[in-house]
Amino acid sequence: MSRQRETSSNKITDDELNALILSLQTLLPQLDQSRHGRVSAAKVLNEICSYIRRLQNEVDGLSGRLSQRLDSMDLTGFDAEIVRDLLQQ
Amino acid sequence: MNNPHHLNPTSLKSRFTTRFLRALTKIRAQKPISSSSPTEIFRRYRRIKVAADKSMAYSVRSRRIWSKAMLWKLRSRSYRRQDPCSGRRSGKTNQAIMKKSSNENTTTRREDGVGFVEEADELRQLVPGGETMNLCNLLDETAHYIKCLTTQVQVMKKIADFYSF
Repeated sequence: MSRQRETSSNKITDDELNALILSLQTLLPQLDQSRHGRVSAAKVLNEICSYIRRLQNEVDGLSGRLSQRLDSMDLTGFDAEIVRDLLQQ
Repeated sequence: MNNPHHLNPTSLKSRFTTRFLRALTKIRAQKPISSSSPTEIFRRYRRIKVAADKSMAYSVRSRRIWSKAMLWKLRSRSYRRQDPCSGRRSGKTNQAIMKKSSNENTTTRREDGVGFVEEADELRQLVPGGETMNLCNLLDETAHYIKCLTTQVQVMKKIADFYSF
């Protein structure tokens, strides 16, 4: 693939970098800014990685659950109504 | 976007749910006469997992680098004979395939002296297509990828709970 690209104007600035790291930090409730203030970028990325792994494992586990239950699932009446019901519960 | 009370039919959540339920229906219809053996359940687990990723990637389409990468992997995967006993790989199996195809795995290492190169590299392994992204894209894509993962988990959980009476 292509070599590392620079952003349209220049290399990414420190400010841009901080903004991106901060927005990732907001996705992590355990690093809530009001309680933790400044957290190192390395720590944020570390926590992000753990978070992603946890989510991927959850998908794994849920796939397993669904595979066990698939037989008993009544999907025949499936239409927009069911979708709405599911998401509104 | 994630308003729990009003369902936006064009929302990511809704698109994913529709596709995923459709995929589940197909998988269910594929079962052989002698079903529910451990092998069969394992196969089904694999198919459901792929269906979950596929449904999400198609719902996002090519609007994101990660979804493009995932779609690419899923498509090239479907042209291979799937070995159901290839064993479980932790996290995304896609990373390994992507790595093989991208021969230059060194140029993406950024020497920007900000002290988290290792963590960024680890992140690259987790986000589909991450190895080919520059740092700026990687962080941006990560945020979106996480949002989609949480949607995926949320919907799958609701479906599993719904059918768990």
